[in-house]
Amino acid sequence: MPTFNLKINNKAYTVEADSDTPLLWVLRDQINLIGTKYSCGIGQCGACTIHTDGIANRSCLLQVSQAEGMNITTIEGLSEYGDHPVQEAWKAIDVPQCGYCQSGQIMTAAAFLEKNTNPSSEEIRNAMNGNICRCASYRSIEEAVKVAAKKMS
Amino acid sequence: MQTSNKISFSRRSFLKTSVLASGGMLIGFNLFNACKEDAKMPVDLSQLNYNDFNAFIKISEEGKVTIFATNPEIGQGVKTSMPMLIAEELDVLWEDVYVVQAPLDTENYRNQTAGGSQSLRRNWEPLRQTGATAKQMLVNAAAARWGVEASTCTAKQGVIINANGETIGYGDVVLEAAQLEVPEDISLKDPKDFTIIGTKTANVDIDKIITGKPLFGLDYKEAGMVYASVIRPPAFGQVLESFDATTAKRMPGVIDVITIGEKARAMLTEGRPNWSVKLSTTDKIVVVGKTIWDAIKGAKAVKTTWKTDSNLESTKEHDKKLLDLLNGNKFRTRRKDGDVEKAFAEADKVVERIYESTFLPHNTMEPMNFFANVTPEKVHLVGPTQTPEAAANAVASLLGRPIEDIHVDLTRMGGGFGRRLYNDYVIEAAEIADKIKMPVKMVSTREDDMTTGVYRPACKYKIAASIKDGKLTGYHLKEACVNGNMYGLVPNFFPAGAIANYQVDSVPLRSNITTGAWRAPYTNFLAIAEQSFFDELAEEMEVDRVQLHMDLLDNVKKNPSPKVDYSPERLQGVLQMVVEKSNYGKTTEGVYQGLSVYYCHNTHVAEVADVILDNGMPFIKKVTCAIDCGIVVNPLGALNQAKGGVLDGIGHAMYADFSFKDGVPSANNFSSYQLIRMGQTPEVDVHFAKSDIAPTGLGEPTLPPIGGAVANAIYKATGQRLYKLPFMNNLQSKEVIG
Ligand code: FES
Ligand code: FES
Repeated sequence: MPTFNLKINNKAYTVEADSDTPLLWVLRDQINLIGTKYSCGIGQCGACTIHTDGIANRSCLLQVSQAEGMNITTIEGLSEYGDHPVQEAWKAIDVPQCGYCQSGQIMTAAAFLEKNTNPSSEEIRNAMNGNICRCASYRSIEEAVKVAAKKMS
Repeated sequence: MQTSNKISFSRRSFLKTSVLASGGMLIGFNLFNACKEDAKMPVDLSQLNYNDFNAFIKISEEGKVTIFATNPEIGQGVKTSMPMLIAEELDVLWEDVYVVQAPLDTENYRNQTAGGSQSLRRNWEPLRQTGATAKQMLVNAAAARWGVEASTCTAKQGVIINANGETIGYGDVVLEAAQLEVPEDISLKDPKDFTIIGTKTANVDIDKIITGKPLFGLDYKEAGMVYASVIRPPAFGQVLESFDATTAKRMPGVIDVITIGEKARAMLTEGRPNWSVKLSTTDKIVVVGKTIWDAIKGAKAVKTTWKTDSNLESTKEHDKKLLDLLNGNKFRTRRKDGDVEKAFAEADKVVERIYESTFLPHNTMEPMNFFANVTPEKVHLVGPTQTPEAAANAVASLLGRPIEDIHVDLTRMGGGFGRRLYNDYVIEAAEIADKIKMPVKMVSTREDDMTTGVYRPACKYKIAASIKDGKLTGYHLKEACVNGNMYGLVPNFFPAGAIANYQVDSVPLRSNITTGAWRAPYTNFLAIAEQSFFDELAEEMEVDRVQLHMDLLDNVKKNPSPKVDYSPERLQGVLQMVVEKSNYGKTTEGVYQGLSVYYCHNTHVAEVADVILDNGMPFIKKVTCAIDCGIVVNPLGALNQAKGGVLDGIGHAMYADFSFKDGVPSANNFSSYQLIRMGQTPEVDVHFAKSDIAPTGLGEPTLPPIGGAVANAIYKATGQRLYKLPFMNNLQSKEVIG
C-alpha cells in the first residue's frame, strides 16, 4: 500500500492508505483527529470541512493522494487553546445544539472571516450556505459569525 | 432565603449517601422509585453501579460538585438543564458543577429515555428534591459541628452561615454530612428565589464541541476495534437471494464478509417483541474492514442479488389507497362528542378539505452507528441511543444473555429526532460482534441511513366543519395514515372540547415500509392541516382568525372538561402575545402574515410567519413565536430549541420530498433530498410567557404549528391555499423562497 506524507496542524504524518481514500477517513481513523465529521460523504453538508492552505475544503472529497504538500488544518489545530475568535464567539452565543455539524461550521466561518472581516448578513449567509445543520442552529451561527468578525477586524 | 413548597416525603427511601475512599461525599438517588432496602452505596467512584441508583452526585472536600447526568443528550439540552435543577436547590455556584454522562449498566436504570420532550417535565420535582435534601444534610452537619439548631443556619452558594455570622464551606462538612440520617422534611425554593434556574447557561459540552473532542458515537474507539458496513435490501419488500464477495474478500483492508439476520429473525419470530425494534428480518451482508473506509469500499465491491418477498410499494398507490380509505367507512372512532352528522345536516354550510403529507427520513447529522463487543463475560455496547434500556433488553434477548451481562455506555448523539428511539442498528452491531468475536463498530453511510430508515409515515387528513348562523357547530376529522394512527394518542388536543359536536376517526394502511416517531410524531403534520383549515374556516365564516380562536377557547373555559389536555387560558395567552409582538392584523405594506396556534407536548405555542413577495415569489422573512412552557430553566438552551424547531418545521414543510417507487426511496443523500440551509432561514423572534408553573417540553412543540403559519401567510401573499407537502412542489410558481 502506498504511503503519503501529510502536514496537518503543523505536524508531519506518514500514513499508509489506498490513494483514493478520502482524507476525512485518514484523519479520523488513522491519525485520530476525530473533530472532523462525516455526514454525507459527497460534499453536500460541510460537516467534514478543513482548511487546505487556508481555504475551506471538504475532506470527504479530497483524496489522500491529493493532500500531499498541502498545509492542512483541522478543528483540533484551529487554535492551541480553543480560543480562536470564531470558537470564542460560538461559545459566547452557545451555538451548538447536538453539536455534530459545528466543527465544520466553525472551520467554514474561520476561513471566510480570514478573507472578509466586515461581512454583511447577506455575505455570511452565502458563505455558510454549504454547511447543513440538522438542528437548524442557523440563526445562532449567523449571530456568532458577526461576533467573531468584530473580534477579528 | 424564603422557602416554600414544604413537602413531607420519605426521602430515606430514594436517596443514600457514602463517604468516598478518595474523600468527599457521594449521594446516590432514584428519581421515580424507592431504593432497594439492601442497596449498597459504593465508596469508590470506579465502582459506581446503576443497579440500585439511577444517578449520583459527588461533593468533594473542595466543595466541587460532580453530577452524573442521567439523560442521553440528543441536542435538546437536558444534559445542561437537568443538572441545573439539582444545583439550584443544592445552592452551589454553577461554575463549581461538573456534569458527566452516566453509563447505563443494567435494566434498572429507568426512565433514561430522551423523547417526547418529557425529560425536564418528569424530573422537575425529583431532581430539585434531591438537591434540596443534600443541602439540608450539609446544613445539619455544620449545625452539629457548631452545636446550634440547624434551623438557625442557612446556606447559599456552597457556604453555610449560622446566626452568629460564622461560615463554613460545603466541602468542609461533607464527611460528616455523608454519615447523617437522610432528613424527611425538605423545603424547595420559591421560584422567585432561583439563581441558576432561569439564567442563561451554556451547553456543558461546549468546549469539547468547539475544539472537536471525541463525544459522539462515531468518535468512540477501542483497541483492536474493527468496522462493519451492512448491505441491506435496496427496496422494501425485497430479501437477499445470493451474493458474491470474492472481489471484496481480496481487498487488503477487508477482514471478512459475513451475513447476519438469523438471530434477529429468531428473536422476532420467537415472540420476544420489543417496541423499540424496527428491524427487517432478511439476511444482510456485512463487510468487516480494518477502517470505516475499508468496510465501505468493500461493501461496494460485493455483488448482490435480491428477490421480491412482499409488495414493492409506491407512493402513487399509497396516495390512492389513502384517499380511498378517507372516503370509505373502515374507520375506528377515536373521540366522539355530540352528533356531528346532525350538525352537518342542519348546517348552513359545510367546509371540507383534504391535507396530504409525505414520508420523512430523520437525517440526523450523525448517521446510525454503534459499537459492540461480545465476550463470554459481558456484552459491551457503546453509542448513541435515545432508549438505552430498551437497547439492553433487546440485545439480551437477541443473544440469549442475562440482562446483567449487558453494559451500555452512552455517547452524545449527533441528533435524534425520534430515529434513535429504535434500536435496529444496536441489534445489528451486537449480532455482528457476536459472530466475528471482535470489538466492532457498525457504521451506516448517509445512503444506508436515508434508504433504510424508520420514516415519518405518509398521512392524509380529511377535515370537515359545519357552520350555522355564523357559528362553528361541528368538526369531523378523519385520518388515513401508513402503518399507524397518529391521532389516536392525542384526542384531547385543541379543538377537542371547544366544539360541541366533534368527532375524530382514523384508519391505517398497512405497509412493509418501516415507519415510526419523527420529531413531534403525532402532531407534526396534524397541526399544519388543522391550522390551515382554521384559517380557511375563519374566512368562510367572515370572522377574524384571532377572534375565532379566542371564542372557541372561551367555550372551553365555560365548559371545563377532563377530556381537554390543553389550558384554554394559556393558549389564549400565547395567542394574544404573538398578536401583540408580531403586530398581527396591522397591515404593513408588502408583508403578509399567517397565524397558527397549537398545543402539544404539554406546551402552548402561537406563531406568526411574515412573508414578502420578491419578484412575485413568496419569501419567509420573519417568524414570531410565543411560547408558554412553564418556567424556563435555561433561557439560552430554550431559545436554541425554540428557534431550531421553527426552522426545522419550515424546512420540512417547504422542501422535504420523500417518496417510494417499487419499494425504493426517492432520495439517498443530501444531493437528492433538500434540508433547510442558512440562506432560507427567516429571523425568528421568540417570546416566553412568564410563568411559575413546572417546566414542560421544548424539544418539539415549536415545530408542528409553523407549517400552518407559513401556509396561511403564503395564501395571503399569493392567493393560493396549500394542501400538500412539500409546499415547494405544490406552489404554482415554483421558484420560491431563498
Ligand atoms: S461529509 Fe463532507 S460534505 Fe458532507
Ligand atoms: S447542531 Fe446538530 S446538526 Fe448542527
